[in-house]
Amino acid sequence: MVAHLLRLRLLVLKNSLLRSPWQLVAVIIGGLYGLGLLLFAVIGLFTLSGAPIELSRTIVILAGSAAVLGWIIIPLIASGVDQTLDPARLVTFPIPFNQLLLGLAVSGVLGVPGIVTLLAALATAGTWWRHPVIALVAMLCGVIGTLTCVIGARMVTTLSSSFSSGRRFREIGSIILFIPLVLLGPIIISVTSGIRNVADALPGFAGALSWTPLGAIWAVPSEIARGSYGPAAIKFLIGIVVLLAVALLWRRSLAIALVKPAHTASKQRARGKLGLLGLVPDRPWGAVAARSLTYWVRDPRYARQLLIVPVVPVLMYFYSHNEQSLGVLVAMAPIVALFLSLSIFTDLSYDGTAFATHVASGIRGADDRIGRVVALATFSLPIVVIFSIASVWAADLWRLLPALLGLSLGTLLTGFGISSFSSAIVAVPVPAPGDNPFKSPPGAGFTTTLTTFATWGILAVLVIPEVVLLIVTAATQQALIGWIGLVVGVVLGSVLMVVGIRLGGRRLDLGSSEMLVRLQRQR
Amino acid sequence: MPDPNVTQQNSSQDDGVPALSIRGLRKRFGDKVAVDGIDLDVPAGSFYGLVGPNGAGKTTTLSMATGLLRPDAGEISIHGVDVWRNLIEAKRLVGVLSDGVRLFDRLTGEQLVTYSGLLSGMSRDTVSERVADLLRLLDLDSAAGTLVVDYSAGMTKKIALACALVHAPRLLALDEPFESVDPVSAANIRDILQGYVRSGGTVIVSSHAMDLVQRMCDHVAVIAAGRVLAAGTIDEVRGGSTLEDRFVELVGGRHHAEGPEWLRIS
Repeated sequence: MVAHLLRLRLLVLKNSLLRSPWQLVAVIIGGLYGLGLLLFAVIGLFTLSGAPIELSRTIVILAGSAAVLGWIIIPLIASGVDQTLDPARLVTFPIPFNQLLLGLAVSGVLGVPGIVTLLAALATAGTWWRHPVIALVAMLCGVIGTLTCVIGARMVTTLSSSFSSGRRFREIGSIILFIPLVLLGPIIISVTSGIRNVADALPGFAGALSWTPLGAIWAVPSEIARGSYGPAAIKFLIGIVVLLAVALLWRRSLAIALVKPAHTASKQRARGKLGLLGLVPDRPWGAVAARSLTYWVRDPRYARQLLIVPVVPVLMYFYSHNEQSLGVLVAMAPIVALFLSLSIFTDLSYDGTAFATHVASGIRGADDRIGRVVALATFSLPIVVIFSIASVWAADLWRLLPALLGLSLGTLLTGFGISSFSSAIVAVPVPAPGDNPFKSPPGAGFTTTLTTFATWGILAVLVIPEVVLLIVTAATQQALIGWIGLVVGVVLGSVLMVVGIRLGGRRLDLGSSEMLVRLQRQR
Repeated sequence: MPDPNVTQQNSSQDDGVPALSIRGLRKRFGDKVAVDGIDLDVPAGSFYGLVGPNGAGKTTTLSMATGLLRPDAGEISIHGVDVWRNLIEAKRLVGVLSDGVRLFDRLTGEQLVTYSGLLSGMSRDTVSERVADLLRLLDLDSAAGTLVVDYSAGMTKKIALACALVHAPRLLALDEPFESVDPVSAANIRDILQGYVRSGGTVIVSSHAMDLVQRMCDHVAVIAAGRVLAAGTIDEVRGGSTLEDRFVELVGGRHHAEGPEWLRIS
């Protein structure tokens, strides 16, 4: 039975790869990346055999803890990691429960991330190749650690799905979790910036981690090498207990989840409440704008893109704090403008086959484009203006305001144009409506990254005039140049926006049915 | 039943131009030929059934006829308007219910139908009047304020039908409109469609349910492997036997077996 589940998992992987050569390319690139990482880890671990025990201990514990933490956290933000064998789909088959558990656990290890983790964990034995007994212990601990990772990930997935019953909660939960995660880096940096030398603090940090569920198992070999057999035994015990606890918790939550499917609860709206559709101008583009704006609020895949709005200022603040100069703060408005304006280049892909409604209605392509831009502009325009003003206020660089507004608005408007055009051509693989917004469909990484960088590159080139004018203003202190920058930004940006909407609209007029076919293929 | 959705365009009852005319239609997806030279005339004012086994090319044909999928070859016209030369004009004439496409399901039912109407360029007053009528006709009054994503499969079908009807098209192309719709709602939908046909509209439906097609439609075309095997009025096509028997006879593939030994339980 376990072998059968494994075969199923590999078959699903193979079939999904054969659907499109690009997915194969993406997986190969992902595989090479994993392989490179692995090679680096193995060589590193073997090299450590010549280093002091303290150093290798610190590195192994930190890396091991990070691996466990990563395996547990990533499914929360990307539930698509490995649901090839979704327990919910296997529930109708008479598979003995314990065999199902074993099959799921083993198939979890045998994915690319699982194999990489396992091999790297086994390679920790390499550090101790001069002491065969310790090396054996290290291998055993590596296996236990890997299992903790994989089963921990499974546990978190099942737990989160059984805790969150409502659709809305399920969708929003991962986004809320994401915010502290993004800010984790800067927070840690700012906390540790008080300590003069971060490296000095690490061994102590690792020592503390070695007593926690995350790091205990990874500390065992080095404890033996140091001759402290007591702590080694205790930490080994901690590792085993953690694995057992995780497995039991998973077993329990899965047993519950299998008989209690996620039910949806939804709020009933009153009849006759048209929401935004009742407020917008009585034109097709108005309808599109109202619908888009409704989606920005209700669809977590859109809401996810708004994360950038609170996150960028905070990151900029930390960054400027480290640089001891508030000047870098002014970069936040253009950066937010860049992200927001390009966020609608996945708009049609998010619509998916629902775009058929637009195709069937015979709406003009330009109306479709205008509606989407208007929806985005209603909130991105105020945000960018407020950010521009707030940043020059905080940095006390008022003389830069006109040129900065020019760059921010220019970026925003130009971005509207670019995404209006590019989204009419490219269908990007995106999570389906209702899926976890952070889930990336197989092969999405590569194509999406390529298109994203292409559009960013084009946008960067098109706003060069505004950038130059801002720099010149900052350098020469000439107020006039700043005002020229504002005019250039608004005029040039508007022209490019209109051009993008026109071109994108014409593309849709000529080929909306081809676009629909491409969107259908994404499913 | 008076049908408020067919207030306009009823005058051109039968000017001889078919509501939908298809000539030499072809489409292939990679190696697979989905539609292999279909000719079809759907007379104005008819209730036309399109039947065929799974994968016969029904959905592909309807998609091409309604401007959702570009044909490889062939001519399609709706009330004399060449669909692929005058896309926008043709789309004004036709209402589409597609099988297997998503809806904008984060809108409430009422918002979704309103949205479809506004997209077709109607004024908000006309739209809101028609939306109210449609929701009542389709028994969706109580679910008007619920997000479509939380609808059942049958309710989703009904709201999609409302979207197809809201701009009062002269031709309705419905792909599997009765799938997972409960019998009462199905009967109501049938009444609406028959009223629509009586008042001069034309309906073309694809379906697996022979029984339903035989009772509901006046014309039928049997499609298999991307070709038309038979077409005409129901009586012409079935020629004395039931439509289902005639269909099986035309399409073939019926097994006369009791199933394998091990499946006989007693």
